Amino acid sequence: MRSGKDRLWPWQLALLAVMLLLWHGLTAREILPSFFFGRPLLVWAVLRQWFASGLIYPHLGVTLLETLLAFVCGTLLGILAGMWLGLSPRLARLLDPYVKAVNAMPRVVLAPIFAMWFGLGVGSKVALGITLVFFGVFFNVLQGIREVSPVVLANARLLGASRAQLLRHVYWPAATSWVFSSLHTSVGMAFVGAVVGEYLGSARGVGYLILQAEGVFDINAVIAGIVVLTVCALLLDALVTRVERRLLVWRPTPASTTLAEPR
Amino acid sequence: MVREVDLTLGEGEFLCVVGPTGCGKSTLLNLVAGLLSPSAGTVLIDDEPLTGIHPAVGYLFQADALLPWRDALENVALGLRFRGVPRQEAEAEAHAWLQRVGLAGAARRYPHQLSGGMKKRVALAQVLAVNPRILLMDEPLAALDVQTRAQMENQLLRLWAQDRRSVIFITHDLEEAIALGDRVIVMSAGPSSRPVGSHVIDLPRPREVEEIRMTPRFLELQREIWRQLRREVHAGQDGAGGWPA
Repeated sequence: MRSGKDRLWPWQLALLAVMLLLWHGLTAREILPSFFFGRPLLVWAVLRQWFASGLIYPHLGVTLLETLLAFVCGTLLGILAGMWLGLSPRLARLLDPYVKAVNAMPRVVLAPIFAMWFGLGVGSKVALGITLVFFGVFFNVLQGIREVSPVVLANARLLGASRAQLLRHVYWPAATSWVFSSLHTSVGMAFVGAVVGEYLGSARGVGYLILQAEGVFDINAVIAGIVVLTVCALLLDALVTRVERRLLVWRPTPASTTLAEPR
Repeated sequence: MVREVDLTLGEGEFLCVVGPTGCGKSTLLNLVAGLLSPSAGTVLIDDEPLTGIHPAVGYLFQADALLPWRDALENVALGLRFRGVPRQEAEAEAHAWLQRVGLAGAARRYPHQLSGGMKKRVALAQVLAVNPRILLMDEPLAALDVQTRAQMENQLLRLWAQDRRSVIFITHDLEEAIALGDRVIVMSAGPSSRPVGSHVIDLPRPREVEEIRMTPRFLELQREIWRQLRREVHAGQDGAGGWPA
């Protein structure tokens, strides 16, 4: 698998170069109107100017702060609620229709309400991000708790585990392992919450930058904002992958099931 | 599921239970383990009625029961940790047990990095580490291949001979029951199953399972018990369950 990847990346880079060249050629000859489609060199100029002048940093910092807060709070709340409902099936059955209803609701429409409640600052974006992150984690944890193997559970009880020890050694790891499987989505959701929140009303953040640029029909700055967000999302995702590898060593991966070597 | 069960497990006795599938062998074991409570009657341990899980009872399951997020050493130390033994002490003890089952080198492997036989040995070390006086085993070796199984049977006998805990060993394999046990109980066919025969196995110990299987006394015992078992199997096939092919 690794060798295949090694051979692929030059082609992937070449593909990017071809697409950029195509974009450049089409917009330079105005086959595609550059007013609507921007021009790669001008986008690059905007990016350079943003980073050189340092203008981007406070905006990026705010967006990342919102992402982080939404991710941490949403994940913690999701784990707690998931474990609670997972361990009290009666309560889970009672709340089931409400949980389904809230999950089915397109929660982005809550953004204006949060803006009214928490103002145009960081708070309203974090709140939106939390509602997006919470449900993914919540359902995963609930599932994780319900799917704890009854044999593993009986074995732990027979080895003398108290209720608290069962929670700590069996339920908690089962729940958190499912959290990690949804980590990529959770970070993505927190990021979406931050950017959409900013886009709908704010005074700072990368979403705000894009909104400003749109207001003056500066398509190159809009695209530059999107590029910054995309790169950030990719970096966050890579970070998550590293954390995941470190924390889930116990878990079989397709590559490691065949070789039984300890790390 | 089971009824009219009147069994007494002697101190240090290796008791094997065989019977057609669906005859409630596992139910019986879960009752003794305190995982189920009987709808009628009682389970006595040291003449005390059993209420819930008893600390002197260990249970080796057929299915994988190791915590997948703990490595072999931590899994073996688990019972001791649950009982309040400090980590270092528990892990030293666990290491000794891993050595006894021949897995000292695999201490830091996670269950998914172990083979089926290795997992069973870790599970055995895990249950023995808490030093149970009564050891319950529910077809623990059924999922293993023939060679690994014979190897495990011998290892089990050697470990058992060191301290002679009382054992209830459930199996659907009559040969295994005779090779391991001091006594073999035959259960009747379900749905309301009960023990119908008790056979003392007077084979000498220590035993090597592959060799003992060839001895005339073994074959004689096997014929004798099989005659009874076959009746139950046929009854079972007419009724609910059936004997696996």
